[in-house]
Amino acid sequence: MYLWLIPIFPLLGFLLNGLFGRKMPKSMINLFAIGSVTLSFAWAVKTLVGLGPLEAKYIEHYFTWIQSGPLQINIDFAVDRLTAVMLMVVTGVGLLIHIYAVGYMADDDGYYRFFSYLNLFMFFMLVLVLAQNFLLLFVGWEGVGLCSYLLIGYYFLEQFATTAGNKAFIVNRIGDFGFSLAMFLIFRHFGTLDFTKVFDAAKSMPSETSYGTLTIICLLLLVGAAGKSAQIPLYVWLPDAMAGPTPVSALIHAATMVTAGVYMTARSAAFFTHAPIAMDWVAIIGLATAVLAATIGLAQTDIKKVFAYSTVSQLGYMFVGLGVGAFSAGIFHLMTHAFFKALLFLGAGAVIHGLHGEQDLRQMGGLFKHMKITAITLLCASFAISGFPFTSGFFSKDAILVAAYARAPWMYWVGVLTAGMTAFYVFRAWFLAFLGDYRGHAHPHESPLVMTGPLMLLAGLSIFGGFINIPHWLEPMFAEKPENQTLAWISAGIGIAGILLAYVFYVAKRGLADSFAKAMNGFYTLVFNKYYVDEFYNAVVVRPLVAISRIVLWRGVDAGLIDGTVNGVGARSRGVGSILRLLQSGNIRTYAAWVVLGSIVALIAIGFVGGSR
Amino acid sequence: MTLLDLVIFLPLAAFLLILFLPKEHVDGIRRFSLVASIAIFVASLGLIGPYWFGNPGKFVFETDLPWINSPAIRYHVAIDGISLWLLLLTTLLTPLCVLVSWRSVQKRVKEFFAFLLLLEFGLIGVFCAFDLFLFFVFWEVSLVPMYFLIGVWGHERRIYAAVKFFVYTMAGSMLMLVGIIYIYNQAGTFDYAKIMAGLQNGSIASSYQEQLFLFLAFFIAFAIKVPIFPLHTWLPDAHVEAPTAGSVMLASVMLKMGTYGLLRFCVPMFPVAARNCSGWIVTLAIIGIIYGALVAMVQPNMKKLVAYSSVSHLGFVVLGIFSFTQQGFDGAVYQMLNHGVSTGALFIMVGFLYERRHSLEIDAYGGVATPAPRLATVFMITMLASIGLPMLNNFVGEFLVLQGTALVNFRWAIFAAIGVILSACYMLWLYQRVFFGKASGEVSGLRDLDLREYAISVPLIILMVWMGTFTQSFIPSISTSTAVILGPVDAKRDVHVRNATHGALRAQQQQGVLPAKESVDAR
Repeated sequence: MYLWLIPIFPLLGFLLNGLFGRKMPKSMINLFAIGSVTLSFAWAVKTLVGLGPLEAKYIEHYFTWIQSGPLQINIDFAVDRLTAVMLMVVTGVGLLIHIYAVGYMADDDGYYRFFSYLNLFMFFMLVLVLAQNFLLLFVGWEGVGLCSYLLIGYYFLEQFATTAGNKAFIVNRIGDFGFSLAMFLIFRHFGTLDFTKVFDAAKSMPSETSYGTLTIICLLLLVGAAGKSAQIPLYVWLPDAMAGPTPVSALIHAATMVTAGVYMTARSAAFFTHAPIAMDWVAIIGLATAVLAATIGLAQTDIKKVFAYSTVSQLGYMFVGLGVGAFSAGIFHLMTHAFFKALLFLGAGAVIHGLHGEQDLRQMGGLFKHMKITAITLLCASFAISGFPFTSGFFSKDAILVAAYARAPWMYWVGVLTAGMTAFYVFRAWFLAFLGDYRGHAHPHESPLVMTGPLMLLAGLSIFGGFINIPHWLEPMFAEKPENQTLAWISAGIGIAGILLAYVFYVAKRGLADSFAKAMNGFYTLVFNKYYVDEFYNAVVVRPLVAISRIVLWRGVDAGLIDGTVNGVGARSRGVGSILRLLQSGNIRTYAAWVVLGSIVALIAIGFVGGSR
Repeated sequence: MTLLDLVIFLPLAAFLLILFLPKEHVDGIRRFSLVASIAIFVASLGLIGPYWFGNPGKFVFETDLPWINSPAIRYHVAIDGISLWLLLLTTLLTPLCVLVSWRSVQKRVKEFFAFLLLLEFGLIGVFCAFDLFLFFVFWEVSLVPMYFLIGVWGHERRIYAAVKFFVYTMAGSMLMLVGIIYIYNQAGTFDYAKIMAGLQNGSIASSYQEQLFLFLAFFIAFAIKVPIFPLHTWLPDAHVEAPTAGSVMLASVMLKMGTYGLLRFCVPMFPVAARNCSGWIVTLAIIGIIYGALVAMVQPNMKKLVAYSSVSHLGFVVLGIFSFTQQGFDGAVYQMLNHGVSTGALFIMVGFLYERRHSLEIDAYGGVATPAPRLATVFMITMLASIGLPMLNNFVGEFLVLQGTALVNFRWAIFAAIGVILSACYMLWLYQRVFFGKASGEVSGLRDLDLREYAISVPLIILMVWMGTFTQSFIPSISTSTAVILGPVDAKRDVHVRNATHGALRAQQQQGVLPAKESVDAR
């Protein structure tokens, strides 16, 4: 089936644009960038059609990457039903976003650089979902992190962008630290990193009731997933990542890369289902992240920041799904989220594009009449994320919440509350941007078809994507969860309530929001400042580490203690010093003489010792 | 006369020829050095033959001739899979160093290139000498030209740095010499194979006490060279003061003399002592990994930053060796090569920046990516290799070392893996401060890479990708050779299955899929 063709097309696009793009016309760059992703999408479709219902996993072996003793790592790609879903999401949504970016980045000087990074990202993301062992998955995992770093810092003249890039990379490295330790433990206990072998062995193991091997492995994997998928305590990089161009926020920081942690956890379901303690951790971290990020989202004024926190929050939902054992629901939500969140960001991008770079909601308003397509498509996405009945979000979110109810009712209620908040802040953003009077100073205009086209396609997917029955498709891999109509309707009702509340606050009774914020000043300030988590990390981790390294380790230990001792010994022994002074005559002949003399002395010494025996 | 003899003596011949060239003809000297060093590299490529077409699993290209009769010093040279690649690293980097020094060295050009080739002679010899005294001679031969490269062509505090380098290394060498003579006294030979046999049957150093002292004598000499914390303080000074070519050869090849010595001599000759000392040696290695990274993070000087990062990277090599696992050994050797390529490249690129801006201070830069995008790109790839990004070379080495360590002691792996996080911190921060931001003042006029600089960087970058992706071009030959050394010291020999928790696991161990090992104690 030549699975390797799927990722290799974007890699070629990356190489062509990266090496020669500087001197090529834009049409050529577009051809390579879009063409490669189109081919990749087409090949993925062809492969999946060819493979049919995928009752069993389809594996292709290419070559051995690393072989050392019993450790053997192969470059193997595989497709099963889970990978099929990911392939479609990554190549499909990826293609739409590539097309959109042609319009969005049209006036940018680094056009070729942008598209080569974007193609490189597609390559690594596809390696990630096709990998058949943990180390190869890790290749994609680190690779998408690299592209994320490059694209966040794309506007490298701005310090905030490059700092955000560094932050993303380093926080992800902390997650990867956990991931790699998990791999070391997996190899230690299973003697391989191959998915099929490892998970077959894990399935025959009993469920762990204490912190045993599997639980430790799962918790370490969770550290990795929390880094990549922006969960507590490692979510801090994602809001800053909005410094990158908006298509990047849509593709990498909403639709695909950040869901890699969800994918990896679902992939490792055989581990997690045998480690219920780790499952609880996943669910609780997911839930806490969902709530925390949703409250922050309530008070943000930057349109991209609102959606960024919403991404963190929705990823939290997916983790709740995984944690309560509804892996298929988690993946379902991953897919629908890819549709409506990509659309939210691309729509936001169209707004920003139409306002010449303005991102502040307070400088918008009344844009509906200027950009109708953008407004309507964004509205579709907003309904979908709010779980409005029969939109895509309705099905996937409720699949998660119903499963959470089966695990623990309180999780369901917390989740429902968060759903209400989500509906509120997303519609707050929509109302602030599109209704009322225009408050800014730019001249708003609608975006070209190359941008609105993908918006309309994604709007269709956001509305109707829920009818793609992912849980049923994934049933052979993960047990399907019970349905509960009543619970589903309750959460949908809360979502609608959130929408109505936003309408009251920001359309019907303007000013109510401000007086509300004043009344709850303490909480509002706390939320507006994102709970001061960044400040806390800075004060507790970053600054002390730098200070200790500089003052104690470098000046103290290195220059003071070690060098001080060495130089002290040197200074005290005058004899040594005087010999050294002779050595430093600066005359090469003298030096040479010393070398010869030294060798002779050594030889005589050897001869003497040798002769004496 | 084998190909190996040719490769060993060609640099010496080239060195002698340069001495006869008139020193006014600097261009002729440069061209001659380049042609000679490329010829040596091409010749050395032939050494791969036996390894790519079959896997000999023993020493090849062996020559064993008497050199001095009393004491019985023999010219005994050969290579195995470990020596081969270190030797090739040396012959690859020498022509690149000639190119690097093409314009940057303007005084005493003749002497400079002569010393560079003499250095190559010494380094090649070190990696293929199998007579302890011959090894020592090559060891010292390599020391002298490096002393001059730093002391004559270095920056302001070059004399201080050169003397510090010399005294440190000499102190270690003397200890090693004592050890070598002690062994000769008992064995009557300097021959590696005979000494190994004597040590194994107890005719040399029969008591454990003797073995331990001999082990320490060799270990300290090598530890200074690596350098292992806390014996590392000569390194940052030497690097900062050395000319670019000196830094490259020092970091890429000379440091590997230490780790090579540990693997070739310390561990196989004194296996029991090595096993018994592994606890504190690993502790020092891990301290070095974290400490080197933290100190690198706060350096205001680019070369010092890279120098401290070397302390961190070499810690991984030592950790791999003293994990006594196949993965650890293979990873350690691979990491020696990786560090040679990527840190060598980093020093070269810092040299490029220095040639343009005449400063090593990070603060003197900022925004270099705007006037010099190609330089920024090659630096970026090198940086990514250095911080262990998959599909680039360092990742494979670090992974193998950490995996090997985790098999023996999971806690060690946890601490060592922190170094991987920190490496991203210092390198990304360096890159941001040097290349990103708006270029102003002198920086905005920096020129981009020229053809000569491309010729230096591109081969290294190709090698980084190749070594990271097509790892199996290298590892099988390394693995067969390390397996020989590992045999007597293998960690899995004396670690018992304490409480294998599961039948499947135990069955796998019985089938030999898994090395027998203690159960996880990560809690």
